[in-house]
Amino acid sequence: MNARWGRDLGLGVKFAFTGGREGHIRVLLTAVGVGLGVALLLLTTAIPNALSVRHARDDARMDYTYGPPRAKAANTLVISDADTTYHGEDVRGRLVEPEGPKAPVAPGLTRYPAPGEMVVSPALKELLGSGDGALLRERLPYRIVGTIAENGLIGSRELTYYAGGKNLAAHLDGWKTARISAFGRPSASSNTLDPVLLLLILVVFVVLLMPVAVFIATAVRFGGERRDRRLAALRLVGSDSRMTRRIAAGEALAGSLVGLAFGTVFFLLGRQLAGSVEVVGISVFPSYLNPSPALAALVAVAVPAAAVLVTLFALRRVVIEPLGVVRTAKPTRRRLWWRLLLPVGGLAMLAPMIGQGRSNGDFNTYLVIGGVLLLLIGVTTLLPWVVEAVVARLGRGSLAWQLAVRRLQLSSGSAARMVNGIAVAVAGAIAMQMLFAGVQGDYTKNTGRDTTRAQMQVNLSRGADFGRAAGQFAATKGVRKATAIGSTELGDRDWRSGPTGTALVTVGSCAALREMARLPSCTDGDMFVATGGTNDADVAKIVRPGRTLHIDDVNGTGRGKDVTWTVPGGLRQATAITGPSGTRDSSVLLTPGAVPERMSRLLSATVYLSVDTSVPDAFEHARNTAARIDPLADAMEWSATQRSAQFSSIRTGTFAGAICVLALIGASLLVSQLEQLRERRKLLSALIAFGTRRRTLSLSVLWQTAIPIALGLLLASAVGLTLGVVLLEMVGSTVGVDWPSVLGLTGAGAAVVLTVTLLSLPPLLRLMRPDGLRTE
Amino acid sequence: MSAPAGSLLAAEDLRKAYGPTVALDGAEFSIHPGEVVAVMGPSGSGKSTLLHCLAGIVPPDSGSIVYDGRELAGMNDAQRSALRRSDFGFVFQFGQLVPELTCVENVALPLRLNGTSRRQAEKAALTWMERLEVDDLSGKRPGEVSGGQGQRVAVARALVTGPRVVFADEPTGALDSLNGERVMELLTDAARSSNAAVVLVTHEARVAAYSDREIVVRDGKSRDMERVA
Amino acid sequence: MSIGHTLLGLLESGPRHGYDLKRAFDEKFGQDRPLHYGQVYSTMSRLLKHGLVEVDGIEAGGGPERKRYAITDAGITDVERWLATPEKPEEYLQSTLYTKVVLALLTHRNAADILDAQRAEHLRSMRILTDRKRKGDLADQLICDHALFHLEADLRWLELTAARLDKLRAEVTR
Repeated sequence: MNARWGRDLGLGVKFAFTGGREGHIRVLLTAVGVGLGVALLLLTTAIPNALSVRHARDDARMDYTYGPPRAKAANTLVISDADTTYHGEDVRGRLVEPEGPKAPVAPGLTRYPAPGEMVVSPALKELLGSGDGALLRERLPYRIVGTIAENGLIGSRELTYYAGGKNLAAHLDGWKTARISAFGRPSASSNTLDPVLLLLILVVFVVLLMPVAVFIATAVRFGGERRDRRLAALRLVGSDSRMTRRIAAGEALAGSLVGLAFGTVFFLLGRQLAGSVEVVGISVFPSYLNPSPALAALVAVAVPAAAVLVTLFALRRVVIEPLGVVRTAKPTRRRLWWRLLLPVGGLAMLAPMIGQGRSNGDFNTYLVIGGVLLLLIGVTTLLPWVVEAVVARLGRGSLAWQLAVRRLQLSSGSAARMVNGIAVAVAGAIAMQMLFAGVQGDYTKNTGRDTTRAQMQVNLSRGADFGRAAGQFAATKGVRKATAIGSTELGDRDWRSGPTGTALVTVGSCAALREMARLPSCTDGDMFVATGGTNDADVAKIVRPGRTLHIDDVNGTGRGKDVTWTVPGGLRQATAITGPSGTRDSSVLLTPGAVPERMSRLLSATVYLSVDTSVPDAFEHARNTAARIDPLADAMEWSATQRSAQFSSIRTGTFAGAICVLALIGASLLVSQLEQLRERRKLLSALIAFGTRRRTLSLSVLWQTAIPIALGLLLASAVGLTLGVVLLEMVGSTVGVDWPSVLGLTGAGAAVVLTVTLLSLPPLLRLMRPDGLRTE
Repeated sequence: MSAPAGSLLAAEDLRKAYGPTVALDGAEFSIHPGEVVAVMGPSGSGKSTLLHCLAGIVPPDSGSIVYDGRELAGMNDAQRSALRRSDFGFVFQFGQLVPELTCVENVALPLRLNGTSRRQAEKAALTWMERLEVDDLSGKRPGEVSGGQGQRVAVARALVTGPRVVFADEPTGALDSLNGERVMELLTDAARSSNAAVVLVTHEARVAAYSDREIVVRDGKSRDMERVA
Repeated sequence: MSIGHTLLGLLESGPRHGYDLKRAFDEKFGQDRPLHYGQVYSTMSRLLKHGLVEVDGIEAGGGPERKRYAITDAGITDVERWLATPEKPEEYLQSTLYTKVVLALLTHRNAADILDAQRAEHLRSMRILTDRKRKGDLADQLICDHALFHLEADLRWLELTAARLDKLRAEVTR
């Protein structure tokens, strides 16, 4: 038994390589197809590893700032967050000041830069050296004295720097600036992923892998019709039908083995390439992309095995007779019930997990993978039925339509097979995009900020001269208006023990205060109390003339002095309105002239900027101004614009992936289309002899592809949307359909059809030349 | 030589080469309405090429082909296609029926190419299938009928538009004698009754015997056997 | 064709008069050449002499046409032997056509023209036979087909010879 299998498979492999030019082309096609699939498989199997390496590196360089206050020592380092954003990309920045010879050195560094110097990641160095980086160069006025080694970075395209700082200890706040004695997470990271993130990763995996599997299944059948004829010849010289099947499987095996080799090469190339790209702000080093040996071995065994099985399965319905191939005429009508079983089963597996994302519950990995897989496989089992059922009802129409429909009726199965890959890819991609869009939307939605009044907020260090800062911002290119506000809180008791009632104090010019409340009139030195907003009760209770209130000096650290402020008598009434931050607060409003020195030291300054977005790089100019005023300033672009930028990058990312898969499938469509046309060469010539218009035949070719693809895309959209809704329900996000991406993806699918048809037209026209009538 | 008086389709001094292979080297031809002319000759002699040129499928390199007073060489591809649709019918060796269409749809095909409605075309197709004794196959697909039946369907398809010239390229080549002769009888009977001329390419003398006249093509040159001896 | 065996065979279905025999023969086999009465009588007397038939009865009025013949056992055996013996295939090794072609080549005449003329003549005959076949009944068809296949064989020889004429010329004029 085994010897027979071995012998026949071996014979098939031999035939594959000795089959002349035609045989070689078939092996090559199969190999390229399988190779691309294998490469994708290997890349995906490498992703978990890459993510965990990233995770470990990220942990290792963590400067954990929330700890008990620490005294200056030989082994301490003061480190300050100086993150910034440039052209939509995050830049991780740290100001460092070692306080002793034994200060911990950050991973990837050998020593710390002196004040005025910095070490940067290679990607940042590249950016700063390019014309694109001019504005950032201005913002980081340090001399580059070195680069950060790979072990200090979490991605090849990561933008990061360490700059030497001076007198950072003055800024210690246990939050942005801290004194640390070691890098790394203090307690080992539990490595539990955010359940939603885990879900995203699982879905991406399944969605990427499914079309690849379908594609591999299609690829091993490239040139199937011709092979069938050759197999018939084998039958003629005496091989029995089982042998023939095994020989065919052997041929597929040959293609897939070469495909494995191709795949490895593609993977290695892709790995190098992966080092130079960045998707959704994530880049990796090629060295991260090491597939785990077990998974790689699984791929190496599973792909050839699948090739053999698919071939045997495909030939199940084919009776190879010595004088030709008979496809068992009129296959029994496709039954619906078991085809429905798969997607319904998939839904049933996912259903119990609905709503678990919110309550931080965990998703059962197996159920998620199983459910998504079943739903997507359901597309491939439902599609043949749908195509058959719909095509059987079509009929009326032009001649081109009739030719196409009849052809589809005769072989609806192969038509459905052709589009299966596209349908699965589109369904998966739609679900994925919905999930991304929903999750992303939830994470940044409802900030309540009014982006029509201000588009950027800059937080300056405590005690900064925000009046001057407002002027500097107002003079910045692209800034229409700068509203600078200082604020702190007043409590009825000492902040070290904790007040029972608090009131907000807002300090600003008259113009700035008018952004927060309706004032009767205003000149410098005026004082108001605004009511009608949140916290009205506390304000009414504690803001009483003559009462001594305590200014917040501890800032959550539990340290500091008690600074007091006595409520003066001249407070005028004002009405709180919604401020630029989106809240309507009852508060004490002071013009700078009314603020005592001991209070102004403690004010946190915030500048709200109204930016003219038509000025190129307006935000970057504003950030540069912020950095000039205060290297530790925190400039935030407000969410409405930021979210859409990030979201679009996710969309382009998944979109690009989906397009790649579609292109891959389009290539296989084209191959089978051309093969079919070659088969019909004589018939086409005969039709031309009758005077058939080329347009008629071209149109019929178009319909022949377009009808199954249209059905496939419809089904894919339905399944994709269903899956998307279920996934969103699972993470507890608001369900919303991201129509642009649905349309974009189905449009891309349609574009593939058009392209394939267009590309098959020149050979079609060539085949339709009367030469085809010449008898060989 | 000028086209014989009264001829429907006449060709003079046709030359055609496919690359280095010379298929026609000064061939001549003429046919009258209602006439059946056999084109004979060994394989590779150029007889199929002659048929393709006469039918306007392949333009000759040089020479003239006059159909019903019109010069084919002066027509573009679209005009020649239109002519083939309206005035010519075709039968090929292996039927070349469209496998996915039913027999009646196959027969109706040339009418539909001319813009006839589907129902009318299929009605006319059925009438012709009756004449060729294959009306009981109308709903079957070509794969389900025998070679002889298929060829009769092909003949019905060639005649359905009421062509003035039927081009038959080895119409019995794939059939046994009995089926072949039946097809020839039906083809020539039907053509005569509708006064259609038939250009019959064959290498079989017994098939050629159904013709009124034969010409022999050798090495791309034609020889009208009426003029011999 | 052996007329004697044919007439014997006709008698096997039952005794017949001489004129009956002639009519039956003409109807079934004699489309081309009807039998003369004389042929019938001379044949019957030969068969009688060999004991293959016997006179079954003579009608009043005498005369040979009044005799009724019946087949004898020896006659039945003879028919059987004749039917069972295959005909010797004729080999036309030295046909007139071959002679004509070779002579034309030897005298430097155009042998191809001779072949083509013969070919046209053959096809003309075939056309006539085909036409007759289409109008006739099954018997006509079978007889015509026989002739058609023979003519076709000749025609194929003509075509083949035409294709090999140059070689033949080289051989005969050597």
